[in-house]
Amino acid sequence: MKKTSTSVLPAGGALGDEPLLAVDDLHVEFVTRQGVVKAVNGVSYSLNPGETLAVLGESGSGKSVTAQAIMGILDMPPARIPRGEVRFRGTDLLRLPEDARSQVRGQRVAMIFQDALSALNPVFTVGSQIGEMFRVHRGASRRDAEKKAVELMDRVRIPGARQRVHDYPHQFSGGMRQRIMIAMSIALDPEVLIADEPTTALDVTVQAQIMELLAELQRESNMGLILITHDLGVVADVADKIAVMYGGRIVENALVHDIYRAPAHPYTKGLLDSIPRVDQKGQELYAIKGMPPNLLAMPSGCAFHPRCPYRQDNCVTEAPPLYEIGPTRSSACHYWREVLDGSHG
Amino acid sequence: MSRYIIRRLIQAIPVLLGATLLIYAIVFALPGDPIAALMGEKRMDPNLVDIMREQYHLNDPFLVQYWYYLVGLFGGDFGKTFAGVPVTDIMAGKFQVTINLAMTALVMEAVIGVGLGLYAALRHGRAQDSMVLASTLVLISIPTLVTGFVLQLLLGVKVGLFPVAGVTDGWRSYLLPGFVLAGTSIAYLTRLTRTSLVETLRADYIRTAVAKGLPRRRVVGRHALRNALIPLITYLGADLGTLMGGAVITETIFNLPGIGQQLFSSVYLREQSVVVGIVTVLVLIYILANLIVDLLYAVLDPRIRYE
Repeated sequence: MKKTSTSVLPAGGALGDEPLLAVDDLHVEFVTRQGVVKAVNGVSYSLNPGETLAVLGESGSGKSVTAQAIMGILDMPPARIPRGEVRFRGTDLLRLPEDARSQVRGQRVAMIFQDALSALNPVFTVGSQIGEMFRVHRGASRRDAEKKAVELMDRVRIPGARQRVHDYPHQFSGGMRQRIMIAMSIALDPEVLIADEPTTALDVTVQAQIMELLAELQRESNMGLILITHDLGVVADVADKIAVMYGGRIVENALVHDIYRAPAHPYTKGLLDSIPRVDQKGQELYAIKGMPPNLLAMPSGCAFHPRCPYRQDNCVTEAPPLYEIGPTRSSACHYWREVLDGSHG
Repeated sequence: MSRYIIRRLIQAIPVLLGATLLIYAIVFALPGDPIAALMGEKRMDPNLVDIMREQYHLNDPFLVQYWYYLVGLFGGDFGKTFAGVPVTDIMAGKFQVTINLAMTALVMEAVIGVGLGLYAALRHGRAQDSMVLASTLVLISIPTLVTGFVLQLLLGVKVGLFPVAGVTDGWRSYLLPGFVLAGTSIAYLTRLTRTSLVETLRADYIRTAVAKGLPRRRVVGRHALRNALIPLITYLGADLGTLMGGAVITETIFNLPGIGQQLFSSVYLREQSVVVGIVTVLVLIYILANLIVDLLYAVLDPRIRYE
């Protein structure tokens, strides 16, 4: 196998102060007939090797768009990135020429998607789709690529990998298909893996298995994992830190145990309160009032104010900055102290 | 798979019977006497007319005549013309010309149609895309009769790039008529290809292919194209029948001795056996083309399996 990539990026190793991956003040807009939709408005987060960052938010919060901007798989146009940086090992991926970018994409930063059935090509065998990574990026022969595909399918624990390597995606169950997606994404030992709602389309029992598998693969390879989800239940066991997104912004950043103990943003608090709990059986389930914001007509001031129980007059006019409220913690709420106190009480 | 093919071929029998019966009835119902048509302006010996009517079962009722024809057909005998020439002899040479013409048209359709469609799809929403769309609209709007004569005059007579008419120049004789015959099909296939590829390029698995870091050439040429081709195969297969049967005008303009011309003159002469023979073979070709399309489907799309 020959090494085909001649990367301009520094190889793995000591990182110094720079995190493995840093998103810095990222803005993403979509130009549509109705106007410019600001899907991501100044998102920043960072990820270190071996770390799991959960990005939490409902549909339209910009969590997937941020991920696609990191991968460089947004359709531009209609999308455009007016501001921001995505630094991978200190190099801004957004400023890289396309050929250098494609050396990173899939090889060093990989991604898995929500619905593995539609995310896998229906007309090629799973073996050829996994093996393609070695054929294209490593110049492997067809036979070597297939051998590698079988190894990977074994590694993600697909039973009978040697026989099933010639099967097509539709011949697998949902959970097995997601394992194939995972096998494909980790094929070239990426340093960052972005998982965009990897378990949303699966049964609860299968969800747990997939999360376990991801955590295990991460331990083995020390890769950084960005887990995009709207499911707080999925996050608790695996994530190290959480970024909560609302209306294209990060509204709260925190370590996972801090956020579960006491959320510092009313939206996070709403999300946590709307998880069904055994000790509240029979009682009405809490729901955040109102609807997610329309990205074409964002509310003035704080985007969450129409739905917020802590709202004061200045929330309607003044957009809150992301307040540093602790060494590892920030909240975009003017009244984070009240929210924090309310959570304790 | 083979059981599926056999079942499909058995299903073809009632289709063939229906088609032959229908055509036989239509030709039977045409006004005028075939023997008189054969003689044209000349007077004819009434005894000879009687003998001929007897020989060709023309005095029998319709269904009896059809029965005689069917019995012959299943024995491989397509019957004779009123001039005594076996219909198979007539068809053999004519079909060769039409098949050459239809194949030329089909290849042009596939190459130009798919090529232009891909070009437009990859420049989706830009000026080149609109230009391709506009020109296909023009091509669809102009009747074959017009494109045929205009191109014959311009490229055949004035520029002399192609033979004007006839089949004496080998494969070159078929280029211009093939293009004229394929004209509207090229336009439809271009549009179909464009839509299909644009649609496919939006699919999730294309996003996956891009996220795998594959070069765009491979994303489009392998991941998208294989999926986008599936609906095009249906159109091409169905169109083969249309091209074979729809060659009458083109064959007339370019004076190609194919089945289109033959069909036209045979209808005129009430040559029932020739008309029905040609139609039977056309129906057979149509059925086979559709069967091949369905089998190709399974090759292109592994989700489709025939039991």
